[in-house]
Amino acid sequence: MTGHRSPGVPILRLGDVLVTGLLNELDDRTAIAFTEELTERISAEGARGVLIDISRLEVIDSFVARTLMELTTVARLLGARVIVAGMRPPVAITLVELGIELVGVETALNPEQGLAALGWRQAPQPLEGARRGTPR
Amino acid sequence: MALPGDSILASPGTKRSTRSDGRRPPAPASYPVRTEEDLLTVRHAVRAATVEVGFGLVDQTRVVTAASELARNAYVHGGGGTVTLEYPRDPRGRRGLRLIVKDEGPGIADLDVALTDGFTTGSGLGHGLGGARRLMDEFSVRTGPGEGTVVVATRWTVR
Repeated sequence: MTGHRSPGVPILRLGDVLVTGLLNELDDRTAIAFTEELTERISAEGARGVLIDISRLEVIDSFVARTLMELTTVARLLGARVIVAGMRPPVAITLVELGIELVGVETALNPEQGLAALGWRQAPQPLEGARRGTPR
Repeated sequence: MALPGDSILASPGTKRSTRSDGRRPPAPASYPVRTEEDLLTVRHAVRAATVEVGFGLVDQTRVVTAASELARNAYVHGGGGTVTLEYPRDPRGRRGLRLIVKDEGPGIADLDVALTDGFTTGSGLGHGLGGARRLMDEFSVRTGPGEGTVVVATRWTVR
């Protein structure tokens, strides 16, 4: 009903990577709003990569799984690579038993490894690292 | 599968000779599923119930996820319904949590097909019903055209 609702999830920018995290649960509307806002930010800021920290997410049911898969596909069409990091072990076990493989979704053990996979590294001099990562 | 966090919430380490741990199981409670907000309410109630019963973290996640799938089915396919939580005991003294998910929708025309992975008529992935069955110890479905659908799913503590 509300035409445009903020997902209430901060999306930070580190160079050409967007970093965001999901809260402990995701209702349907928040999931949709989050997808829309993230998609807009990828396009507007020319992001090459997106890191989504899901370490606080306590449940991934098939709706949330579908949201993550669609988000990854949309981002890829825009030229950005998505890595989902920090899945809790009980969530991983449950997803496998549910029969969901999160096809096409790259994962990492934690945000640090996810950022490294996206090519983002902590530079010796933070300022230089930030400058190097700035697009255009 | 055991995880480090599991033992924290495991049921009290009493011998299984006594049936009662001194606490009476909570009374059954029903929750409506009419809106998306209700889906969250159900998840919260089921999470609290799994803690009450003494499930470890993996079983908590399994049962809450199964409840989420079943409640969503009732909401999306059944046009709304109710989720009832019961706290059964089996003859061996194990505690359980039983989800009874009812709707008055059109029913499931072909249950075998609906339980097959990848089949969906809604917004999910088609893993909801079959997946929920795998996450629970006992699972039954009663459905028919015009009769609505009742899913009864139970998970037991290890001992």
